[in-house]
Amino acid sequence: MKRSRTMEFGVGLFILVGVLGMVFLGLRVSGLSFSGPSNTFQLDAHFSNIGGLKPRARVSMAGVTVGHVDAIELDTKWYDARVTLNLDSELEGQISRDATAAILTSGLLGEQYVGLSMGGDPEMLEAGETIRDTQSALVLEELIQQFISNMATN
Amino acid sequence: MTTKQGQIASRITRLGRRSCDAVESLGRAGVFLAQSAVGVPSAEGVRLWIRQLHFVGVLSLAIVLVSGLFIGMVLALQGYTILIDFGAEDALGQMVALSLLRELSPVVAALLFAGRAGSALTAEIGLMKATEQLTSMEMIGVDPLRRVVAPRFWAGVVALPILTVGFSVVGIWGGYLVGVEWLGVFEGSYWSNMQASVGFINDIGNGMLKSIVFAVVVTWIAVFQGYDLIPTSEGISRATTRTVVYSSLAVLGLDFILTAVMFGGL
Repeated sequence: MKRSRTMEFGVGLFILVGVLGMVFLGLRVSGLSFSGPSNTFQLDAHFSNIGGLKPRARVSMAGVTVGHVDAIELDTKWYDARVTLNLDSELEGQISRDATAAILTSGLLGEQYVGLSMGGDPEMLEAGETIRDTQSALVLEELIQQFISNMATN
Repeated sequence: MTTKQGQIASRITRLGRRSCDAVESLGRAGVFLAQSAVGVPSAEGVRLWIRQLHFVGVLSLAIVLVSGLFIGMVLALQGYTILIDFGAEDALGQMVALSLLRELSPVVAALLFAGRAGSALTAEIGLMKATEQLTSMEMIGVDPLRRVVAPRFWAGVVALPILTVGFSVVGIWGGYLVGVEWLGVFEGSYWSNMQASVGFINDIGNGMLKSIVFAVVVTWIAVFQGYDLIPTSEGISRATTRTVVYSSLAVLGLDFILTAVMFGGL
């Protein structure tokens, strides 16, 4: 009976290790948080070219992460990219109507993210509205092409 | 001329017999799994299951965790020397975590499990068969499939995913140890890049799904080879080898198919 007790204890510990490991993977490795969808709100932004932006990329304001990219789809009316941003609900009604959204790159070869900067308009954007003033991703090939054609005309 | 034709004919016959044997054995394995694994366990069955879980799970923990630690450390070391060329050593955490969660943990844990626990299961059941314990159980009205095979099968199915989780956790910690503590990658970027790129459903969930599939396949092969072997000492040794070979091949082959379906956009 004694031996069976220690064995059962070992098995219980084993299962506990599994559960704790799963919790560790969830919270620490995948950065899962238990904040529901109610803690965010959405804004749209249209870009003529998103470069290498991907869903789940971060959205930052003054370098502080304030949300992430929820979805990217092609707008078939204007043939540009409609990027849906999920932002912290603290910012709801705090982003002015003339705020700028730009697709930036962290470092030379780093991931691309959306940078928001505030404008001066006293009117604020409501959830679900669209940021008008956007700046597309920097595409290296286009830059080189421009540089070469400038060289040629000079 | 006729002898040559006769030889060819006999070869074709042998091929046919082999194929029939293979299909038959596959069918037997399927029926065997259905008969042993399906059903409500009794209180005695639960006790047997715990005993087996201790054997295949708890006692495999040490080898799996140590392997995980070393694989995580090697990944970080190799990854660092490559990533530093691009000035992208901040992505080390992401690389270690994704390669462990998606591929290495399920596959390596399953291979270790096949070697550590699978072969032991085959040998144990095989020896029971060779010493006619299984037949005597039937004589006294105890179903050996439910009494011997079912607890072992379910113990394996539960144990391997847990071992895989342990492997991932220890591997990521080993990567942290080498990358951050030793090579000097910034701790914040190690974790934050990891958290930004690892999805709970997409990476951890799919990795666990792989691990559950491998657990079923490896344990199934192990208990079936034990139950189906020729009851001699040579038969046991052959079946034990077959368990390790078949389950390794099955794990690696299935891994490719599962990866193609999960991450290859098939």
